[in-house]
Amino acid sequence: MDFGATGRLPAVFTTPGISSFTEFLRLAAPDLLPGRRPLPPGSVEHLAPHGTTIVAVACDSGVVVAGDRRATMGNLIASRDIEKVFPAGPYSVVGYAGAAGVGLELIRLFQVELEHYEKIEGITLSLHGTANRLASMIRGNLAAAMQGLAVLPLLAGFDTAADVPAKAGRIFSFDVTGGCFEESDFHAIGSGSLFAKSAMKKRYRPGMALDDAVRLVVEALYDAAEDDTATGGPDMTRKIYPVVMTATADGVVKLGEEQSAQVARVVVNDRMENPGG
Amino acid sequence: MAMPFYASPEQLMRDKSEYARKGISRGRSVVVVTYSDGVLFVAENPSTALHKISEIYDRIGFAAVGRYNEFENLRMAGVRLADIRGYSYDRRDVNGRWLANTYAQTLGAIFTEQHKPFEVEICIAQLGDVPDHDELYRITYDGSVGDEPGFVAMGGQVDAISAVLRDRHRHDAALADSLSLAIEALGSVGGEAGQRREIPADRLEVAVLDRSRPGRAFRRVTGAALASLLGRGPAQKPTEPAAEQSGQGAPSDDAVDELIGELEAGESEDAPPTPRKSAPRKAKPRTTKPEPPAE
Repeated sequence: MDFGATGRLPAVFTTPGISSFTEFLRLAAPDLLPGRRPLPPGSVEHLAPHGTTIVAVACDSGVVVAGDRRATMGNLIASRDIEKVFPAGPYSVVGYAGAAGVGLELIRLFQVELEHYEKIEGITLSLHGTANRLASMIRGNLAAAMQGLAVLPLLAGFDTAADVPAKAGRIFSFDVTGGCFEESDFHAIGSGSLFAKSAMKKRYRPGMALDDAVRLVVEALYDAAEDDTATGGPDMTRKIYPVVMTATADGVVKLGEEQSAQVARVVVNDRMENPGG
Repeated sequence: MAMPFYASPEQLMRDKSEYARKGISRGRSVVVVTYSDGVLFVAENPSTALHKISEIYDRIGFAAVGRYNEFENLRMAGVRLADIRGYSYDRRDVNGRWLANTYAQTLGAIFTEQHKPFEVEICIAQLGDVPDHDELYRITYDGSVGDEPGFVAMGGQVDAISAVLRDRHRHDAALADSLSLAIEALGSVGGEAGQRREIPADRLEVAVLDRSRPGRAFRRVTGAALASLLGRGPAQKPTEPAAEQSGQGAPSDDAVDELIGELEAGESEDAPPTPRKSAPRKAKPRTTKPEPPAE
């Protein structure tokens, strides 16, 4: 940034009409934007830890999103306690699967993007607007994705424009080219998503209560962890449990350590008796 | 040969200053005061959409008087500066002193470079961990910056308003008391024949930086929450004590009422129990009524 001799702010700071932080960065400090760095040719996948499974379920009062705690680098476990689910806006939650460094940067930028819009405009961005902003950010990462640093988010939120809370829970999935798709009922992303989705397909009931949905996501992650080596199950010995967040009319709430542990313990105990769930 | 027009630099600066000062004193005033749980902003503002008070960052608030287009421009720049710094470093690295300095540099440059100076005065408030660490910066049209102890009054007849605040401001006062003092200060000028005047609630813009909130501390106080706070000012204490016992305000599913609850919870030590219990109930019907409460 060039402040000039007099110390006056560069014109870009006082240019009206830009409410997007990403767009502002493009003008003011393009070096801070992700997805713009040249990568060496060939795959760099083995260089970076990868986060794995994220699941989301719509319920009668909103949505529940959960993520396991594992990150892998090839055959190694890079982290046992990484967090991959974050609050996005006041009524939305975002999780990511894929290259952890790129994913974290993307989510940090996305969080600032939403807050920035809210402060500049004085109102919050609509949930669909939020999803579209995220899609355009993914689009910028396509080149890196081709070289093994793909990252995919899962966005879920409580749509404040919905008529009734039972229909307010919405889930959006994305592809590496920036496609944005609204999913109904439930969805999962990441390496264990196949197993998690199968588990949810059998157990999901329309209009589930919030508590049942919380149990369902933990159960789905358990099933994913059983069949996918890159997904971590509840770690009772180290007391590491899935991160669970809810978005309801009350806003975004992260389940406390003890609550999350309680749900995980119940699921694990039930599996002791019936391993197939 | 005609002599080229000459004005001395002193004269030029004086003219510019006078021009800016006149513009600023024409508008309505804003008061920023510290209180026990944070920083309170009160503006006399008939518009509910065009704000004089805004959030800049987690612990930083912004208040301004003067020309709307000019201070809105500065506010936007502040949000951008704070967000870009918070994004490239960390949220804790965004601080009020740095922002106040940047504003001062910019306003100073505008004052010397441009024919027309900005007709604005702004206040940057930074919330500290404890009341002693709260910081209020006043930045004027020519780039002067001052670190003010406890209160800032800007715009309109600022001397009279400051006099009221100087005598009675206490940084350990409860929110309701600070609000009533701020409103009294704003109303101490502009009445007929130099008299005090009442400012109706719908002409007030009120916001706080609330120390008890983690993360983003800035909250607007509007609607029922504002009515409830106004009802509890010392001037309007109800005479008969409330009979029944209750906790911290009636539980309610209304988001606005939740805010009342939080505001009450935040100052349970300071406020006397009697008015606190009766006032929210008295104020509650106002949530459904669009017209302003009779003062």
